[in-house]
Amino acid sequence: MASIKIIKDKCVGCKLCVGSCPFGAIEMVDKKAVILENCTLCSICVESCKFDAIDFQKDEVSNAVDISLYKGVWIFAEQKNGEPESISYELLGVGRKLADDLKTSLFAIIIGDEIENATKKLIAYGADKVIMVEDKSLNYYNDESYTDIFVQLIKENNPEIILLGATAYGRSLAPKIASRINTGLTADCTKLEIDLEDGKLLQTRPAFGGNLMATIICPKHRPQMATVRHKVMKELEPDEKRLGEVIRPNVNIPTDLKIKVKDVVSTITESVSLTEADVIVSGGRGMGDPKNFELISELANVLGGAVGASRATVDAGWIGYSHQVGQTGQTVGPKVYFACGISGAIQHIAGMSSSDTIIAINKNPDAPIFKVATFGIVGDVLEILPLLIKEFKKA
Amino acid sequence: MNIIVCVKQVPATNEVKMNKETNTIIREGIEAIINPFDTYAIEEGVRIKEKTGGKTTVLSMGIPSVADLLKETLAVGIDEAVLLSDRTFAGADSLATSYALSKGIEHIGDYDLIVCGKQAMDGDTAQVGPGLAEKLGIPHTTYVRKIEEINDKYIRCQRMTEDGYDIIEMPLPAVITVVKEINEPRLPSLKGMMRAKRAVVTVLTAKDIGADSDLCGLKGSPTQVVKTFVPVHDVQSEMIEGEPEEQAEKLAKKLLSMQFNTSDSTEVI
Repeated sequence: MASIKIIKDKCVGCKLCVGSCPFGAIEMVDKKAVILENCTLCSICVESCKFDAIDFQKDEVSNAVDISLYKGVWIFAEQKNGEPESISYELLGVGRKLADDLKTSLFAIIIGDEIENATKKLIAYGADKVIMVEDKSLNYYNDESYTDIFVQLIKENNPEIILLGATAYGRSLAPKIASRINTGLTADCTKLEIDLEDGKLLQTRPAFGGNLMATIICPKHRPQMATVRHKVMKELEPDEKRLGEVIRPNVNIPTDLKIKVKDVVSTITESVSLTEADVIVSGGRGMGDPKNFELISELANVLGGAVGASRATVDAGWIGYSHQVGQTGQTVGPKVYFACGISGAIQHIAGMSSSDTIIAINKNPDAPIFKVATFGIVGDVLEILPLLIKEFKKA
Repeated sequence: MNIIVCVKQVPATNEVKMNKETNTIIREGIEAIINPFDTYAIEEGVRIKEKTGGKTTVLSMGIPSVADLLKETLAVGIDEAVLLSDRTFAGADSLATSYALSKGIEHIGDYDLIVCGKQAMDGDTAQVGPGLAEKLGIPHTTYVRKIEEINDKYIRCQRMTEDGYDIIEMPLPAVITVVKEINEPRLPSLKGMMRAKRAVVTVLTAKDIGADSDLCGLKGSPTQVVKTFVPVHDVQSEMIEGEPEEQAEKLAKKLLSMQFNTSDSTEVI
């Protein structure tokens, strides 16, 4: 079994390791570091120690595979009614760079019904090859059939990297596949790059509500799988003249499914969903009263954007949960994010800090939201919003 | 109906503070709590049991002190608590965690439904629910916002998506992961608290549940953390001063000059 211990003679009691531990699992006892039972063996402290006083014995991970047999970068192209979702283009954008660095091909995997047209778009946005599995029964996303088909494709082709969107479907499909084929999966990546020395995929993601970033590798298993946060990676300019190959592989389309998708319901009343919006106007407790959310909707309307909300307002019943932005709600990354009367709890900031431009309007000049704001206005949101609406209506 | 609710102990992250000079997390005095998403899972499990009869069991993997947290769940209606605790489990990523929990579930046996929270507040991966369903070879549905119908044979539920919800039907046994919208967790009752105090948590080791140590903990984890760092919010904040009218005008100008064109934006979207 892996083990970690402090070499007492070498420990000088400098506490560097205590601060480095993301789990608070090191304590000082009699001026020496002591590792507590909640240690997760992440070994981050080993590097922090300037005196080589931490002895870490690591086991080789079991069930390693011959990684040289795996080639190619795959992305899962999510689609709706035969149209690729924007996350698919973002995955092609980052996937292109990874494939180029590895001098290998970029594949888009698309599963659905009537998806022929989508394949052209996937090639224009950077795919070298598109593997398409088309069938009437695959019209709606289904965890069971999509996993079965995806796993058949993986076993047949041995890709080295698979990227999926960190969407409702992607975050369900990816762990089911990874668990079935026993490989590693990193969730919600915000940065992906190839270690040019050994070709490993370096997967960086936020943890602890965005307080800490972690870079994760999957050294001995293949494929290396990751889900990627929406609106973080940039899509490429489409090139209609790009040439690519469309492959229709022989796969067994599963029948007699246990999981049945009875209906797919859209509840969006606005023109645009929170995760797809380029502009989001969010309201917080500082709006004072649920009625005042009309100002939020009005500004959102004028700008063709969506309405967001802080946890406090959702918990108070002012607005539905589907509008909640933040760690317990949705993660968003629009071009412009308005935080109106939102103080900026760390959980809220974790859900919106990747927005390109952030505008904060708040009475309290010390509100934490101003720390992440591109533009800040200290003032009464109920006074500022109508004026802003007027200005944008003029434009 | 026998229901197993999987929960995780997490630090109460509200209080996480960064030490700017050393770039590290200050964790002194941070209490451990049950992952907030899991409290909805507990409540939903208890509600189903109240309707259908049967038994609810809460299951966790963690250090021995997690047992105290599990006792609290007995105050809100859970019948039994099981903790998987063994150094063999240490350092598990989501795959090794899925495996260990699935072995724990098989050990408990005779289950109809497994309920998990959508994700944990510290890791935020949302991977363990689907991962353990796969290890058990049973279907799952994530992000459940409402159970429309449940009986001995099957469950029909609403899965939250980006623009609405899907209605999914699957046979039992199955795994669901739930979102906050599904219910409002009850407060512990006095009687429940008394019961919780006297409760005994069953603590099991890897050997007890017949888990292959090669597939547990660090050894069974394909992924490895190689680096952690504190993100720099490199924001050039600009405060817009003046009377409200001026502030609004200046802000609108700035946004419009950033080629943020209001007439285009609807088309783009």
